[in-house]
Amino acid sequence: MLALVILVPMAPGWSRVKDSFFNWEIFVRTTPRLLEAFLLDVAIFAWSAPLIAVIGLLIALCRGVRSPSLFPLRMFGAAYVDIFRGVPVILVIYLIGFGIPGLGLPRPWNSPYIWGTVALVLTYSAYVAEILRSGIESIHPSQRSAAICLGLSERDAMRYVILPQAIRRVVPANMNMFIALQKDVALLSVIGPVEILRQAGVFKSLLANFTPYVAAAAIFLALTIPATRYADYLMNRQRNVRS
Amino acid sequence: MLKSLSIALLTGGMLAMASSAYAANACSTGKTLTDGTLTIATGNPAYYPWVIDDKPEAGKGFEAAVAYALAAKMGFDKGAVKWTRTSFDEAIQPGAKDFDFNMQQFSITEDRDKVVDFSAPYYSSAMAVLVLMKSIEDGLKPELSALKDLKWGAVATTTALPAVMGLIKPASDPLLYDDTANVAEAMKANQIDAALFDLPTALYLSAVVVDGGALLGQFPADRTDKPDQFGAILAEGNPLKECVDAALAEMKADGSLAKIEAEWLQEATGVPLIK
Amino acid sequence: MSEAKLTLTDMQKSFGTQHVLRGINLEIAKGEMVCLIGPSGSGKSTLLRCMNMLEPIDDGIVQLDGLDISEPGLDLEPVRRRIGIVFQSFNLFPHMSAADNVLLAPRRVLGKGTAELQVEAHELFQRFNLADHMHKYPDQLSGGQQQRVAVIRALAMRPEIMLFDEITSALDPELVEEVLDVLRQLRDDGMTMVLATHEMGFARELADRVCFMDGGKIVEEGPPTQMFREPRMDRTKSFLKSVLR
Repeated sequence: MLALVILVPMAPGWSRVKDSFFNWEIFVRTTPRLLEAFLLDVAIFAWSAPLIAVIGLLIALCRGVRSPSLFPLRMFGAAYVDIFRGVPVILVIYLIGFGIPGLGLPRPWNSPYIWGTVALVLTYSAYVAEILRSGIESIHPSQRSAAICLGLSERDAMRYVILPQAIRRVVPANMNMFIALQKDVALLSVIGPVEILRQAGVFKSLLANFTPYVAAAAIFLALTIPATRYADYLMNRQRNVRS
Repeated sequence: MLKSLSIALLTGGMLAMASSAYAANACSTGKTLTDGTLTIATGNPAYYPWVIDDKPEAGKGFEAAVAYALAAKMGFDKGAVKWTRTSFDEAIQPGAKDFDFNMQQFSITEDRDKVVDFSAPYYSSAMAVLVLMKSIEDGLKPELSALKDLKWGAVATTTALPAVMGLIKPASDPLLYDDTANVAEAMKANQIDAALFDLPTALYLSAVVVDGGALLGQFPADRTDKPDQFGAILAEGNPLKECVDAALAEMKADGSLAKIEAEWLQEATGVPLIK
Repeated sequence: MSEAKLTLTDMQKSFGTQHVLRGINLEIAKGEMVCLIGPSGSGKSTLLRCMNMLEPIDDGIVQLDGLDISEPGLDLEPVRRRIGIVFQSFNLFPHMSAADNVLLAPRRVLGKGTAELQVEAHELFQRFNLADHMHKYPDQLSGGQQQRVAVIRALAMRPEIMLFDEITSALDPELVEEVLDVLRQLRDDGMTMVLATHEMGFARELADRVCFMDGGKIVEEGPPTQMFREPRMDRTKSFLKSVLR
């Protein structure tokens, strides 16, 4: 690391690289607008995350139903997870972000913000559903037995006994999911919204300089590093509790 | 290296011939593939509005008209012009050419300039506003004041974006996309009202890609920063270049080039200038 | 002891190819305490879990107060409320305090006010000397304390019959007595109870009837005095010899 810090500036091309990637003047000039664009990322994240949690949970529950009469629900859950985990996010964003509004929805219901969010929610809830399902399956069946034997319904057993334990167990894995989501929000830019990465791209074209991307990365890191550390902390705590 | 050398040679040549520069036939004598004949290439096929009906011999369409005007300035009458066809890629490859010059909307770029020669630009691409036909039917006029309240879209990495921000100053932030296909898709989905492209792209999109698309109007090229410029291609180092450039300079000076542009790219396409 | 609380008629149960219960007939009278003894794998646990339909049975009839609870399609929730069960491994809910473990089901099911339920729960905790531990979490309690909380949790539903599945087997020896004390108290209350147990001394002390199970059948049954002093069947004799030594 130290060698890197010392050696890189000694390379013959360093001043050129420095000028196109680490131009302080451009950094200062573009950062305020980038921060503003980043608010859009944060907003999209903020309204997507709760939807993902709720829909992910519903799908996980669909996949876990036991009753044979609800088999179609189980099938639906499995198909949902297979499809949305198997298709690249970017395709889902194009398909839903352009496709559904293209069917003829009036404004403002054809907004790329709405349908882009839907695309993200559909994809990420499939991943979260799988995480939650693994959490639910990790709870020993004797917990369910104990609850059922007390006269609780299957529903109450799930809600009060199994889910609280399962969700606690998968908090760290879900934290990582949401950190990934924070980054994937930027993908919505392909259907129009000018969020931070798009804004950085615009500055890049305008100024013929890559510093705005570096600035955008710095802004992302300022948020994701603490979040990652927090997820690690939760993960460690979990490990200590279990052992 | 080679290029700067050839430019130096050409510049020298031009100075030497300064006195006889206006005797156009003299300039081109001995410099064409076939003496007494000017061989001009176009696309295969050639498209509206650059060449009408794929018949350049008729002299209809912007590039066909410019070609004949150039030929006239250079001392070739209509009968002395011979047309040939090349593909786009073929034309910008290095090597010997079977045409004297080639016109098919070649943008002048540095990279291409390394392997072929470009004439001076004969066209600076105007920016045109693509909208849905529905908007025009609803009474949208090609006036700057009417454009501000539209929802705009543009390709993020082109000069269209600074043009939108600088010329139109829309009331709401434009939506930006990676490429023209995505802008077209957003327009089809009615997520944007209007998008700004260079005229050739806009013509193509409205004719082929966007169902129900139409061009509301165009901004004159001088209203935008660094517009795309089209030049005729000549083989690298072709001495005919100076004759073509001289003829073009004359056409610009006497207004005949502007007249051809108005006829074929504004009136014929029905894309009015935006007031 | 004439009134039958729970009646099992020719009960059959298999897990895959393993035939675990091979025709069990048993009638448990109201207020009776029945101990099931027998080697591991003899079917004691399965029998208990089939009594409250936690495991569906393959054939036979289970009647609770004359009601056929083995009928397919019957809503089992109200039935299970009337039958309490306590497991070898406690199965407390680790994310809830002892008090919440006890209160969860009554709150959801019995429809009584929270205040009333809390008073009742507090009485139960006091009765079994756990009042100080009400607000601790399971992992803060000893095994014996956890098992007593599990008993309280079952009792809070006011069951008519209690099933105990080797509830002292997972405990350190010094903790066994405190749990057995709880059973003695319930015996004094006249609770109908069925125990699967390895505690022969305890069975001898308190059971009204002892059933010896082997190979998925009740091989021999009778009052403890007879069963422990003069068993008739050879298999019973050899089993008792091996455990009473």
